[in-house]
Amino acid sequence: MKNTLGYIFPTFTILRDKNKCVNCRICEKECANGVHIYDVKKHAMQSHDDMCVDCQRCVAICPEHALQVVVSQNTMRPNNNWASTQINEINLQASSSGVLLSSMGTPNDYPVYWDKMLINASQVTNPSIDPLREPMETRTFLGKKGVSIVRDKNGKIIDNLTPQLEMQLPILFSAMSYGSVSYNVHEALAKAAKALGTFYNTGEGGLHNDFKKYGDNTIVQVASGRFGVTKNYLEIGAAIEVKMGQGAKPGIGGHLPGSKIVGDIAKTRMIPEGTDAISPAPHHDIYSIEDLKQLVYSLKEATEYKKPVIVKVAAVHNIAAIASGIARTGADIIAIDGFRGGTGAAPTRMRDNFGIPIELALASVDRQLREEGIRDNISIIVSGSIRSSADAVKAIALGADAVSIATAALIALGCHLCRACHQGKCNWGIATQRPELVKRLDPDEGSQRLINLVTAWNLEIKEMMGAMGINSIEALRGNRLMLRGVGLNMKELEVLGIKHAGE
Amino acid sequence: MKKINAAGICFKELNQKIAQSTDKNIEIENCLGHRYIGAGLSGKNIKINGVPGNALGAYLVNGRIVVNGNAQDATGDTMDNGEIVIHGSCGDGVGYSMRGGKILIKGDVGYRAGIHMKAYKTKMPVLVIGGRAGSFLGEYQAGGLIIVLGLGTAAGMPIVHNFCGTGMHGGQMFLRTSKPPYAVPGQVLVKEASEDDMSVVEPHVRSFCKEFGREAEKILQDKFLVLTPNKKNPYREFYVYN
Repeated sequence: MKNTLGYIFPTFTILRDKNKCVNCRICEKECANGVHIYDVKKHAMQSHDDMCVDCQRCVAICPEHALQVVVSQNTMRPNNNWASTQINEINLQASSSGVLLSSMGTPNDYPVYWDKMLINASQVTNPSIDPLREPMETRTFLGKKGVSIVRDKNGKIIDNLTPQLEMQLPILFSAMSYGSVSYNVHEALAKAAKALGTFYNTGEGGLHNDFKKYGDNTIVQVASGRFGVTKNYLEIGAAIEVKMGQGAKPGIGGHLPGSKIVGDIAKTRMIPEGTDAISPAPHHDIYSIEDLKQLVYSLKEATEYKKPVIVKVAAVHNIAAIASGIARTGADIIAIDGFRGGTGAAPTRMRDNFGIPIELALASVDRQLREEGIRDNISIIVSGSIRSSADAVKAIALGADAVSIATAALIALGCHLCRACHQGKCNWGIATQRPELVKRLDPDEGSQRLINLVTAWNLEIKEMMGAMGINSIEALRGNRLMLRGVGLNMKELEVLGIKHAGE
Repeated sequence: MKKINAAGICFKELNQKIAQSTDKNIEIENCLGHRYIGAGLSGKNIKINGVPGNALGAYLVNGRIVVNGNAQDATGDTMDNGEIVIHGSCGDGVGYSMRGGKILIKGDVGYRAGIHMKAYKTKMPVLVIGGRAGSFLGEYQAGGLIIVLGLGTAAGMPIVHNFCGTGMHGGQMFLRTSKPPYAVPGQVLVKEASEDDMSVVEPHVRSFCKEFGREAEKILQDKFLVLTPNKKNPYREFYVYN
């Protein structure tokens, strides 16, 4: 019996076209949330709308396309201040005393600066380049570049570069831990990374034995919980990423409950089944920038200086000063994750209210490092809602060396951003560990879709560069003159370091 | 036994010499603050005369590191296996995220010792502290064994400082005292160690005593307290799905 007090009307309503529905019951079988039920007496499908999270699985799989999921028409009195989500959240808390937990990036209406920047095209004064006929370089090397040129006695340049990550294109896959996503997602990411000549990231769940063969295309992450971190793990990866923070939930740690630590998840994290996997908020051995330098060097010493070290931080206030500090720790690459980044689960209030947009963070970090003369000491990867190749081009123009994607990759694998990952019943087999759901994601088909997506973006990047009259990523990086703002105020233009359209 | 003189060379060079040594047993003379000694080390044993720097034996794979002197911060950080023996005291952050192996310290340790130690299958990390421990001992302990003997402390005086065992959710912590630490959180249980409990501690106390020339029998007869996670009141964030 539902309580009348605290009742929340279902957000979504299932619309079933009775003319098309043939009662095949596939929707009933497919929905892990138990929305669709066949009523024997009525000889018809019924819906439990209150269980629906709008993952679109039934819509996609219904052979008759008889289903639609719509936002319910039940409306509370319109109120710009007290939106229905605010009212519902109060009811959830009044009924439970719990901390609100959500998934994926914040859906709130904050400005998207990518959509307020326009790109230049070459015309008249500068020839554009035809990418179909002329060579376009999208290969990128991540790592420290600021070394002096040293020649041997024959005048030949001596290679004194620190280890670099070579990528065939400026896009890589962001960290998603095994545990937050399924085994098949990792397999799809690993295969795609290898085929594309780029990298994927283990996240803090360790590296499954089956994926060690993709080591050359794997970035291994060292997070505060140090799950699965052994010397072997460090040596297998192409690079090591120290996770200091994550855009979706800056400043807090993680807690994967014991109920999710089963089977291979437990084995890969090297903790007993049923125990909680707690990642403390700071690394408790890093309390200062000097401590971070010590951790970076301890990782380099343990791997004989053969692996680039990445430090991943969330975009927060003073990110420029933080990045400057990181650039001086000996880290080779800094990965900045903006506040719109996704997550498997985070407290709603953290996700929606903490951090700053990646566009502004990137611009201020690039400017700060250039002003200090240390921009060449470190490469910058940005993430936190890179949605298209246009976002990627704008990011590189603002100063990034590469972009990493996670939500976009999951969408290619079937994610419909229903934001119910924390429930562990992902109907697309992505954010779940239930075997019957995981097997819905075919890793080969998934990896092909990822390859398709990134290949398409790479072609678009080449087209866009050609239109700008640029033929290499290097010439695009930090080239802010290629960007103009629209609808931005003076301060925003100043922080982004770009002019307004028309100037 | 290969002898390496650390005087006048930096840590990078010292560690390269250790890596290049074909002799599995190495003795370092004049060690003075050299960092990362034994980081990721496997298949070698190192004896250090002097004071090593931070991150001694970080990610240690196996082998034995013995220090004839004090050690500094982050000793045995994320250690996987092997042994680190300190004939002296240690700094802060000893054994952070230890997964296996043993650290035996004759003297005291600073803050944040044994944080987030975790055990897995046959891997059982053990941290034995002969003297006293500073604040935040065993925070977030997920598994393994921490033993604090408090030798040389006057009777009735505390052998651990504040916030002992905060966040403990696995493993055991043994303290050679009858006085419970101050303000242990409700998620952690403190009780007198039983005979069964003491059988867990005994082999490690004996190793410690053998290493540092102490009398195990006398120590094992003293009162010990054991701290474990309170299964009836575990650490749990209470969430409501939004």
